[in-house]
Amino acid sequence: MTGGNTAINLGVFAVFVLITLFVVYKVGSRNASASDYYAAGSSFTGAQNGIALSGDFLSAASFLGISGSIAVNGYDGFLYSIGWVVSWLMGLMIIAERLRNTGRFTLGDVLAFRMRQRPVRAAAANVTLVISLFYMIAQMAGAGALMALLLDVHTKGGQAVVIAVVGIVMVMYVLVGGMKGTTWVQIIKAVLLILCVTLMTVFLLGKFGFSLSAILETATRNTPLGPELLEPGVRYGESALSRLDFISLALALVLGTASLPHVLMRFYTVPNAREARRSVVWATWMMATFYLCTLVIGFGALALVGSETIQDAPGGENSAAPLLAFRVGGAVLLGIVCAVAFATILAVVAGLTLTASASFAHDVYANVIKRGAADPRSEVRVARLTAVAVGLLAIAGGIAANGQNVAFLVALAFALAASANLSTIIYSMFWKRFNTNGTLWAIYGGLGSCVVLIAFSPAVSGARTSILPDVDFAWFPLGNPGLVSIPFSFLCGWLGTLLSKETADPAKQAEMEVRSLTGIGSGLR
Amino acid sequence: MAKAILPPTDPGRARGFATFEEPGPPLLVDEAGRPDYAAIRDSADFRELRRRTAVFVLPATLGFLAWYLGYVALSAYLPEFMGAKVYGMINVGMVFGLLQFVTTIGLTLLYSRYARRRLDPQVAAVRALTAEERA
Repeated sequence: MTGGNTAINLGVFAVFVLITLFVVYKVGSRNASASDYYAAGSSFTGAQNGIALSGDFLSAASFLGISGSIAVNGYDGFLYSIGWVVSWLMGLMIIAERLRNTGRFTLGDVLAFRMRQRPVRAAAANVTLVISLFYMIAQMAGAGALMALLLDVHTKGGQAVVIAVVGIVMVMYVLVGGMKGTTWVQIIKAVLLILCVTLMTVFLLGKFGFSLSAILETATRNTPLGPELLEPGVRYGESALSRLDFISLALALVLGTASLPHVLMRFYTVPNAREARRSVVWATWMMATFYLCTLVIGFGALALVGSETIQDAPGGENSAAPLLAFRVGGAVLLGIVCAVAFATILAVVAGLTLTASASFAHDVYANVIKRGAADPRSEVRVARLTAVAVGLLAIAGGIAANGQNVAFLVALAFALAASANLSTIIYSMFWKRFNTNGTLWAIYGGLGSCVVLIAFSPAVSGARTSILPDVDFAWFPLGNPGLVSIPFSFLCGWLGTLLSKETADPAKQAEMEVRSLTGIGSGLR
Repeated sequence: MAKAILPPTDPGRARGFATFEEPGPPLLVDEAGRPDYAAIRDSADFRELRRRTAVFVLPATLGFLAWYLGYVALSAYLPEFMGAKVYGMINVGMVFGLLQFVTTIGLTLLYSRYARRRLDPQVAAVRALTAEERA
């Protein structure tokens, strides 16, 4: 990149990897029990887990993508980020405490609590694996693009090597450290990321006399949009369809966050429901700080760097934050920002790998294949093997998707989480009659409708920006399926319940209702 | 937390000592000491816990969803209104956007205070119906 120093970038990044690997090695235990591997022995405090939650959640897409989107689309980029802050209220008031009280390691624990174990656990694991893989492939492909931007690696082969290195380091985190090590990686990364954006923000505000209005004014002079930059509609306002598409995206963001499997699994790393609640409070503070900072950084990049330079840089709008860093702090700050962005990808994919491996080992191997009679040691062994397999899949997928516009995979992951997971969690906690059949309909209805709608949407074919721009089999006009698939999944759950002769087990239902609110029977205090 | 206020109940040690404690209500557990969930669910304490939770969570959730989706819809369908200047370069949309941050933090703090004062003590009361804390 212009003026960047590859040696510094690589150096800062190597230091991060070495330090985190050392920490992971220190805290990881060689003979981990299932509880250690999946949930870090539930030994983290609310504050620690809250910071780790924000670390798991803030991907490179949020850091580079949102600040860049604000620099290019102005108000509409900001609008995008708000959903991610607001969505934590859902996690706080409805999901966190009930999940902690009801389950032990995975989402399957909660969904299968009062249902027939095998089909429901298999379904929960399917959804978890699909969401994690989609999300991970998007992140890995992003790592390739980021490298092109930051390290001047432009050949496909070179980027493939980078993606493979990311994959190998992430699997090492998971194998060596389990949940405990991975959590510490998230904490270190989240603290670095927040420090980095806060310092940049304070610096920018200082430069403009602590007046947001002054930054905005300078920004509007550096973009062809002019004052329109600050008004809604630049990105999503073109047509009635694009507006509807944005509403669909907003719905998936606000409902999907707290149903993402790697976010859900974090709630098991704390000892009880009160700490789970505290962790969401911490995460909310971190998120709000972070996205307020990206607002300033995005407009600040525009004010100091200008939209032409940003759009001409390799990586386009993703380069806004790095360019700004170079402008205000030279090669060293650029190196730090790049390393933080890269650490962000690494930590997020590690969290996803752990979640996918836990879901396969705990739900599929222990409860579907071994019918709940698996030896805990072999369960952890299966989890580790799965982590390696998932890592290989993600490396292969990331290399294949490198260079494609796969941003829609992230939106798809949110829509999937909101459609397949949220409806089933809510029904099984609040609707007495909900039964196995309803659970399966809701999960597969949400999963299926999401995947089908996205396959026949402009994200895949028919538009200039799609993966297959030359063929057109798109009949679903929205790029985000949430507006249709979320209600559809609720409808499926309702119909599936009513159409089955099976009645819900009243004893199990009473147990779940009491346990989810009080923790009685869970052994938690 | 509830653990701290319970009297010592180790039966082996308490036997033979006179205490002035009122005998507690019968525990809602079956012969094997497992909690009787149906009985707990129908107890007045649990119903009160459920009521207190619903009274806060239901309106708060519907409220924040309406406020957020309303804000998104306003941005999508009434861009002129959202673009109106309020102060300097800052317009209505920006103010509403920042207000989303304020209401999110505010509601988070409000809920955690409500939970600490009104829910946690009630959870402790329900948990006292079983042998859970004494195991």
